[in-house]
Amino acid sequence: MKREFPLFVTAVVGIFMILSFFVPHQLVSVPSDFLQQCAIIIVGFGYVLGGANTLRLNADTIYKRQPGWGYKLVLVLALIATVAIGAVEGRDFLTEHKISKWLYDEIYSPMAATMFALLAFYIASAAFRAFRIRTVEAGLLAVAALIVMLGRVPLGALMTKWLPAPLQLPAVQDWVMEVPQNAAKRAILMGAALGVMATGLRVILGIERSYLSGED
Amino acid sequence: VTRWLERLDRRWIFFGMGLLVLLPLLFPLSLPLTVSNRVRAFHDGIARIPDGSTVLMSCDYDPGAIPELVPMTRTALHQLFDKKCKVVVTCLWPGGPGLVDNTVRAVADEMHQVDGVDYVDLGFKEGREAVMVLMGQGIANAFPRDYQGKDTRSLPIMRNVRDYSSFPLLVNISAGYPGTKEWVQQVQGRFHLPMVAGVTAVSAPEFYPYLQTGQLVGLLGGMAGAAEYEKLRGEKGTATRGMDAQSMAHVFVALCILAGNWVHWRRRREERAS
Repeated sequence: MKREFPLFVTAVVGIFMILSFFVPHQLVSVPSDFLQQCAIIIVGFGYVLGGANTLRLNADTIYKRQPGWGYKLVLVLALIATVAIGAVEGRDFLTEHKISKWLYDEIYSPMAATMFALLAFYIASAAFRAFRIRTVEAGLLAVAALIVMLGRVPLGALMTKWLPAPLQLPAVQDWVMEVPQNAAKRAILMGAALGVMATGLRVILGIERSYLSGED
Repeated sequence: VTRWLERLDRRWIFFGMGLLVLLPLLFPLSLPLTVSNRVRAFHDGIARIPDGSTVLMSCDYDPGAIPELVPMTRTALHQLFDKKCKVVVTCLWPGGPGLVDNTVRAVADEMHQVDGVDYVDLGFKEGREAVMVLMGQGIANAFPRDYQGKDTRSLPIMRNVRDYSSFPLLVNISAGYPGTKEWVQQVQGRFHLPMVAGVTAVSAPEFYPYLQTGQLVGLLGGMAGAAEYEKLRGEKGTATRGMDAQSMAHVFVALCILAGNWVHWRRRREERAS
């Protein structure tokens, strides 16, 4: 019963949600609406669980003075301070002249943007040190990468302006993206969709049970 | 040259990249831009909706995508407000609502639009695809309060908004999951809501199949897409200014690939010879 009941609930809810996609009647749409609301509330609790888990894992590292404990201390202090300030400021924590808004605008936002900006430097370094053409496939990949990279920017267009229009980099780049890339992407999407359907069916039918206490 | 390249400290590569990004920002080259069909379709998709319509705009990104997605959000809002459209804004990324609110409010103030009447920012709601489906049962069901905490149902803009059938178009600006793919699968496919999307350059290839099938009416890909959109609208925003820097950075990365392989090829030749 301990195992059968969750399997039964999963099957019923799964079948019900599929039905709601095809049956617009209130008998189906109202309960499915309720189930969606429940899902959103459960996901909300995930934040509490995630916060608690982050605190537990990092507090352990700090307590044992393991390598990098200083960074973890900054993380924990920042987490506690942000939550505490938000809680004290209450419902209006997002409005102008509040510390929470200042933290978001002046600390979180520039730091997140900086993290992504650094990628440009590492990509250039990786391109020089690691992108080695050792096989025909790698060669094709490099040629496609060069065409798309240069064809996407105005400088690429300028560099090949002297060529006939269909041979200019932007036109070749468009062809690469719209024909071979598109065909491959469509195949991947269809394959993934079929895989999701198969996995969904396996869960509903109780064949796939890995979500129940790590069973296969 | 090969020996010098072999011993090249990667900090020189960082320095080169920094310089090539910084210089065009300080001294713009004003390289000419060509508008692609995808960008024109995005622009025309918005241009085709009746003036004064209420449009749903979901801005699903966080500060990591500022250079690419904020310019296209701004230009899309300019185009919508120019058409006297009312805009209902949502955000499904936990790190994004502050940024999205700042962007929407800045454009709205610049164009003298009134909060709650001409536009509303409904803020962030956790639940990803579940929120998208729930909005199909009623926008106010999913977002009972707006970003400022006001009762959504009491806002003048929401009087004529019930569910997805109240909108002629969905404008989605997204940096990943949940984003354009999920909006196509959960909303466009299910509620048949026409949709245009603006995405980061790295994720743009994923959406070409949806563009080809007509599930997406138009697509802006990365800063290049945003810059082309600005050109089409006759604006000179941050994407247009950033394209010179991006051009130089792309050429530099291409040169790095070629130089790296030149070194590799020479080394292999020497090894074989010895």
